[in-house]
Amino acid sequence: MSTAFAPLPTTASASTATPSTTTESIAFTPTPTQAYLMRIGDTCLIHAQRLAEWSGHAPILEEDIALTNLALDLVGQARALLTHVGRQTGFDEDQLAFLRSERDFVNATLVELPGRKMGRDFADAIVRNFLLSAWMNVLWARLEQSSDAEVAAIAGKAVKESRYHVAHAADWVVRLGDGTDESTRRTRQAVARLWPYTAELFETDAVDTAAAESGLGPMRVALKPEWDAIVARVFAQAGLDVPAAGAFRSTGTLGVHSEHMGYLLAEMQVLQRSFPGGQW
Amino acid sequence: MTSPPSGARVTRAWDVLHGVLDPEVPAISVTDLGIVRDIIDHDDVLEVVVTPTYSGCPATEVIDAAILEAVNAAGLGPARVTQRRAPAWTTDWITPEGREKLRAYGIAPPGSCASDATGGNVQPIRLMARNVACPRCGSAQTERLSAFGSTACKSLYRCIACREPFEHFKPI
Repeated sequence: MSTAFAPLPTTASASTATPSTTTESIAFTPTPTQAYLMRIGDTCLIHAQRLAEWSGHAPILEEDIALTNLALDLVGQARALLTHVGRQTGFDEDQLAFLRSERDFVNATLVELPGRKMGRDFADAIVRNFLLSAWMNVLWARLEQSSDAEVAAIAGKAVKESRYHVAHAADWVVRLGDGTDESTRRTRQAVARLWPYTAELFETDAVDTAAAESGLGPMRVALKPEWDAIVARVFAQAGLDVPAAGAFRSTGTLGVHSEHMGYLLAEMQVLQRSFPGGQW
Repeated sequence: MTSPPSGARVTRAWDVLHGVLDPEVPAISVTDLGIVRDIIDHDDVLEVVVTPTYSGCPATEVIDAAILEAVNAAGLGPARVTQRRAPAWTTDWITPEGREKLRAYGIAPPGSCASDATGGNVQPIRLMARNVACPRCGSAQTERLSAFGSTACKSLYRCIACREPFEHFKPI
């Protein structure tokens, strides 16, 4: 994520270091306003990490390229938000991405759930990408009116990208859901597995309330009618039932993650943890 | 050393940037692409204002460096590149000349995206997303092979008339 220009073999200095020690995590204590933006940035970042796992492994080459292209957009969106929050807190984007501990990540649990590496189905990747992209699309459209000019500018770009993210994901949901008996069965399984984690996307707490009051951005619950409409329309075309709401609530946005998050961070952060400040 | 008059410095900088090619689509320049939004002469420093194409475009840093190198090489420096996010870049900013260069290079240029702002009303897309004319033979009988291509900004098509595959610069 760093500057592109350092000459390639930067390992010259890194290789002399002993990669046995682990870099200390930064002490990050965001204000409610910063936490609001970090929830969005972290959700983009972790979703990108999971999508990128399909690089070289998607069922067809076109989808391999598609999922990693979407991941690239999401990393860019995360970079913009993390850099923005970093300017207020004295950290750079790399420190925020690679040197925060698990409890300081505030992404929705939905995006950290196992991906390809845990043997989860391609249908899971597709359904999750659809549910999340639709949410991001509704959110970015609202954030274009943010009282924070930088956030509004980031959203102005991201909303365009999220449009083709949803379109691409929705196309696949219809194709798989309304496909063969086997693809339908597996898509339904994916919906059943992932649906309980969507409730968290519409929870309300003090962070949401503060953001809404200051005009920074909408409360998550305010996104629900539009998200419901997109999901209902696409699921209807895909022949999928919209599951009923349940009582389960995941808590990633509060920093309390599933058991999968530690493994994800270990892989995402290992390089910076082992070679502090290493440049690409 | 005497520097050229301010207006001339800015005009010359625009000319210089007209020759700085996009690293991912080396057929068109950064000014053809419409990402150079402003050039401001602060006397001591020449500021080049650039709007990024895609949030995750990996060429952003390369483009900034190429701009600085060209401006400095032309003796117009010292210079700095600043980013302006809003309003967001759109393919509608690609100049007519840039579109023609794309076509000549074998990339179908983007259509207008003014009507593409579907917002939340996203419909599932189908393989025949929109009519894109083949940049080689001009036929409108084309089909999309892949929504994504070698770079974030392009998708892959095939011409049914002349059988040639080609890239399409997606409207955004």
